[in-house]
Amino acid sequence: MDAMLAEAPAAATDSRRVKISIRGAEKRFGDMVALKGVDLDLYENSFTCLLGPSGCGKSTLLNMIAGFTQPTAGQVLVDGKAVQGPSADRGVVFQEYALFPWRTAIDNVAFGPMLKGMPKAQQREIAKRYLAMVGLAGHEGKYPGNLSGGMKQRVAIARALANDPSVLLMDEPFGALDAQTRETLQEEMLRIWEHERKTVVFVTHSISEAIFLADRIVVMATKPGAVKQVFDLDLPRPRERSESGFVRLEKEIKLLVRAEVQKLGVI
Amino acid sequence: MSAEWRKRLSTGGMRCVAILLFLAIWFIVSIGNAHWWKFFNPVLLPTPTEVVKAGIEAWQSGELQDNILASMARVIQGFAIAAIAGVAVGLAVGTWRPLERLVEPMIELLRPIPPLAFLPMMVLWFGIGEMSKIAFIAYAAFFPVFTTTVEGIKYVDPVLLRAASSLGASRADLFRHVVLPAATPSIITGLRLGFGLSFFVIVAAEFIAADSGLGYMINDARTFFMVSQMLLGAVVIGLIGFGVNILLRSLEGWLLRWRVATRG
Repeated sequence: MDAMLAEAPAAATDSRRVKISIRGAEKRFGDMVALKGVDLDLYENSFTCLLGPSGCGKSTLLNMIAGFTQPTAGQVLVDGKAVQGPSADRGVVFQEYALFPWRTAIDNVAFGPMLKGMPKAQQREIAKRYLAMVGLAGHEGKYPGNLSGGMKQRVAIARALANDPSVLLMDEPFGALDAQTRETLQEEMLRIWEHERKTVVFVTHSISEAIFLADRIVVMATKPGAVKQVFDLDLPRPRERSESGFVRLEKEIKLLVRAEVQKLGVI
Repeated sequence: MSAEWRKRLSTGGMRCVAILLFLAIWFIVSIGNAHWWKFFNPVLLPTPTEVVKAGIEAWQSGELQDNILASMARVIQGFAIAAIAGVAVGLAVGTWRPLERLVEPMIELLRPIPPLAFLPMMVLWFGIGEMSKIAFIAYAAFFPVFTTTVEGIKYVDPVLLRAASSLGASRADLFRHVVLPAATPSIITGLRLGFGLSFFVIVAAEFIAADSGLGYMINDARTFFMVSQMLLGAVVIGLIGFGVNILLRSLEGWLLRWRVATRG
């Protein structure tokens, strides 16, 4: 636990160790191919965005990494081991927050440490620390029903981080939030990621969100879902949405995504 | 000023006004009939004051307390059995699919039959002692508790289960920390319905076979044509039901304080 608070190890930025390896992963529902043979290597401590319109299988891919569904063919490996099911080492943040409404903010965050059987005082101390990290100090005793959408998602992020997973999977986490809250949380997400150094896989359909956040953007194709193109970004952070490099990339990806949306027909 | 007054009246005052109005209508109909209109035999509808008088008499003789205690003891025992069985079977059926397929048709077959239809049989099986009444209440109150428990478990938000399992929850953890708390609101609703039903059926059971209890008191008064005492029985049942419901509601409010927050 304490190591996590120390400075991120210098080696981490240079290391190109493959953390998540997706090999020919495919998902079919009956005759329908939801996701066609994906091959992808994600490096340790990298920030990857899966980008595409709905129906491109980006959430399916995320769910396979999380262990919620199994690929019908191929494999998903994390640290070289095939994913068998959900695990505390892969934290998930959901678009719909998925907070336990009967638990206060602090008890939601303490859920992982509680499952690990830590003493009560330690659970609370960890939960308090992570709530403070997401800017919710002073809101510990509130129930999710009394929190705004942005605050709920902050609690959900704190809950995932409090378990100290090495992988953080985020399924359109800011999709339900208003534009202002969304941009604030994107900035905070980067700050937290730079501090915590997790391997992040972030699903979104917002191009600017992907460019703002990611080291690598995986643009997905529709009908069937597949990887269309991978972009490795070298824009320095913090990124400015009006910078020429940002705008150029945004235009390029927009064209790619538009072609995929058109394949879906009338929407 | 007048708005505030009106608001105050509408909250607490209005209730008192409604109750007083009800009593006044009762009083007027009773007195008016006895002295002027003479539509029916005045013995058939005593005034509220006569009912209170009957209550005081029954209390002084100790008869009223004995009957209340007898009825409450049956309700509590029968309901306790129903609550334990209903929640236990409901949890088992809700979590284990094969059991659901086995048990559900049986329950669906029995549920539409009014429990009262089985009362004479219960008397045959368990005799006219306490056992038949307790068994009857337990049977009647079982269904709402069981049904709401199963519903509560079935409709647990699957994303909460995913969230918990991604935090490292085992199957047992999921049951204890997600399924059970998520189902608690509907279980509590079922318990409240079940308790109401217990109260409802005990009176009927005591009409048929009992030598104590509020239902017995009403039925016994009927044979002696003591209408005040019959009404007294009904009023006491109403007051107890009202009081117990307030108690259960506040217990529910405390257990489900997070849900109040959600509504606000």
